[in-house]
Parts: sequence; structure tokens; C-alpha cells
Amino acid sequence: MLPAAFDYRAPASLNEALAILKQHGDEAKVMAGGQSLIPLLKLRFSRPELVVDIARIPDLNTIKREEADGHFAIGALARHVDIENSKELATAAPMLAEAAHWIADPLVRNRGTLVGSICHADPAGDWGSVVLAFGADIVATSQSGQRVIHAQEFFQGPFTTALNPDEIVTEVRIPVAKGHSGGAYLKLERRVGDFATVAVAVQVELDGGKIAKAGIGLTAVGDRNIKAADAERHLHGKEPTDAVIAEAARLAAETAEPKDDARGSAAYKKDVVRVFVQRGLKTAVGRAREAR
Amino acid sequence: MKVTIKVNGVERTGDVEPRVLLVDFLRSNLRLTGTHNGCDTSSCGVCTVLVDGEPVKSCTALAVQLEGRSITTVEGLAQGAILSAVQAGFHEEHGLQCGFCTPGMMLTGTALLERNPNPTEDEIRWAISGNICRCTGYMNIVKAIQHAAKVRAEAAAAKPGVPATVGAGGGE
Repeated sequence: MLPAAFDYRAPASLNEALAILKQHGDEAKVMAGGQSLIPLLKLRFSRPELVVDIARIPDLNTIKREEADGHFAIGALARHVDIENSKELATAAPMLAEAAHWIADPLVRNRGTLVGSICHADPAGDWGSVVLAFGADIVATSQSGQRVIHAQEFFQGPFTTALNPDEIVTEVRIPVAKGHSGGAYLKLERRVGDFATVAVAVQVELDGGKIAKAGIGLTAVGDRNIKAADAERHLHGKEPTDAVIAEAARLAAETAEPKDDARGSAAYKKDVVRVFVQRGLKTAVGRAREAR
Repeated sequence: MKVTIKVNGVERTGDVEPRVLLVDFLRSNLRLTGTHNGCDTSSCGVCTVLVDGEPVKSCTALAVQLEGRSITTVEGLAQGAILSAVQAGFHEEHGLQCGFCTPGMMLTGTALLERNPNPTEDEIRWAISGNICRCTGYMNIVKAIQHAAKVRAEAAAAKPGVPATVGAGGGE
């Protein structure tokens, strides 16, 4: 199955890539690992005149911790497998490695990237919920400079983001508190490699036994990855008792807007959200208590 | 567009449209038909090849993306008549029925053992979770990779530093 014809450029520097995007605007499509874009090209859902392959731009494949505020900077070319295998991330932010482990299958994870996945903005994509739960910042770079887009503003609808055609997401900044924080990613899928029936990302920070910060992202239950803001607000400042967690889970399920499809009924998916948020919060709180 | 890729240790150059998939470049331009084209939708893994030692789906890569990279296909596993340890394992443990998924399975198994020479059964099953066997012959595929791990360990013990291979016929 051949895609429709397109021109192809593989710039050797970020500046060159940004100049190409400036010139071609929305006729051009940026490609990192191609694991979302190539299937779209084959199906003709996407028919760009030009594919800009950023894989040869140096220094975009890094995962590094910024000492100043402790956030992790995930570069545009960091692959799912790099996140899955990162020892530093496994200790500091286990939810990232856990989510990576659930993405597609091991073959896809060897080429696909976190940044590519969020720019694709599939409502059933896993990383969208993860960046929402962490309250991550997305760094968009163009010839005019850099701007930071908060995860919540980044996802605007199915396969639609706040990104301008002349911008490249160069990194995602994941804030990870150095004290008692923990998270979990739970996913229900019919088989390895399938999209989620439902998945849930949970991240909490504890301060003196109370929840100082909670982030919850929902996958495949709406027209985009959803931030369960009511549930987050309910948790804020409270001790994570069973009753508090159960109520937060109920609120998260209310926020979800799933549809009936081959993977399950809307009612079923809502209930999976409730169960997963409840389980995820318990796991996340347990991990946060153990974290140093 | 000109593309040069090292395939099984030999630099191969072709003139392709950017939209040509790696699987088609291998099969049609280079006539290396051991790499199969199955679902063509990134679902089944029969098109698996190694890119710089890592298994990827060649139906979901453009040939031009792989400029300058090093690729191993199933044709690159044996050395002449000498089967690789993984090939010998598939022979010995009858790790195939119809054989359509076999090239991809063997390449994924090869990459696993390079990274993790002594995997558990769970680790093997996880590694091949992106490769589908429509005959459902997973039991023997797992055994084949376990056999290969054993052969490699024995060879490494006998001759440290020498890659494990066995004679055609799986050492019979």
C-alpha cells in the first residue's frame, strides 16, 4: 500500500527544518519515527505535499533532568523504548516507564516517539493522558522563537493541537517533584498493539500525608485526552482515604465522554474509568509514600 | 531519490520515490523476498527487520528514512550453510507451521538474545508480542528461542567472544 506521492526533506539542523516549515506552512508535515504518520499516509487520511523528516537533527533524542526545578526534558526524538528503558525515569517518575510499556508493541516502540505521538493527538493515544496528569509543558519552536504550551491547552480535538504549521515541538517538560510523588498508568486493551479500550494516568504529590497535587488523564473516552479536573480538585488538600479516592474516581467517570463501539459500551467504559482511577490512585499514593 | 542502506553487511543503493516503503524496497528493488509483507497496517510484524540491531516493522518505514543505516533481514542470519543459533532453534523445536511469520519471529528473537542472552519465558513472550503467528504456534516459537539461548550460552562458554552458529541441520 503506497502513500500518495510527496516530496521529502531530511534537514540536518533544527534551523534548516524551521526554515522549510516557514516556507511550506501547512503543506508540510513533520515526521519523527513515522509510526503514526506513515499509516495515515497509506490510508490517505493525510496527504501532505512535503514530509519533513526531523530524525537527523542532532541532540533531539535526549532525556535529561534539569537541576534547577527537577523537571525532565524529553526531546522530540526520544523514542518510547528510550523512556521504557530509562533507569533515571524508572526511579523518579515510574508512571512514564509504565505507560511506555503499554504503547503499541515492542517493534513500534523502537521507532515511535512521545513527542510525535502527542502531536498526532489521537484521543486514544497514551502519552496525551500522561502529559495531562503531570501537567507537562510542551515547548514549540519556530523561526520566531520558542513558546511554551501547557498540556491542557495543547489538545484541542481529535488529531488537533494548538501547534502552528511553522512550529516543531522540540521537547516536553515533565515536572517531577523531588519529594513524595508517585503515579500509575492503567490500560485495558483487547490485545497487544490495540488502542486502549480505556486507559488512565494518575500522578500525585503528598505533603504531610495530604494530597498537595493530583493529576488525572483519561485515554480513549472523549474527542481528546481528557483532564479529570473535578476529581483532581476533590483530592486537593485531603488525606487519601478510601472514601476520598472513591469519590474522586466517581467524579472522573462523570468527566469521561466515551462512545459505544466495538471495544465496549459507553456505560462499561465509564465504569472502567471509575475502577482504574480508584486503583491508580491507591497505587500512586502507595508509591508516593515510599518515594524519597 | 537516491538511497544507500547497508543491508546484511553490504551497501545497497537504489533510486526510489520517497513514498516507497522499506519492505517494498527490500522485496522489489533488492529482490530480498525473505522479508514478508503481511497486514501492511503495522499490526502483524511479519515484515520485521533489524535496524542497527533493533527490530522494527519495515511496512511502517520509508526506505529514504533509513539512509545510511544498517539493516539485517532474514537472508543475513545464516553464514552460508551455517544456520544462526535462532534459525537452528526454529529447526530443532519445529518453531513454524506455515512459515509466514518465521522471518520476523527469528529476527525479533535474534535481537532479544543480543540484548538479553538468557531471557525468561515471560520476557520472550513479551519480546514477540508484536509478531503475530496466524497458526498460533507460539509454544514452539518460544521453545525455539529458548533453544537458541542455550546453544548460544554453550558456544560462548566453549569459545568466548565468538558468535554462536551451528551446522545446517541444527547440529544433528
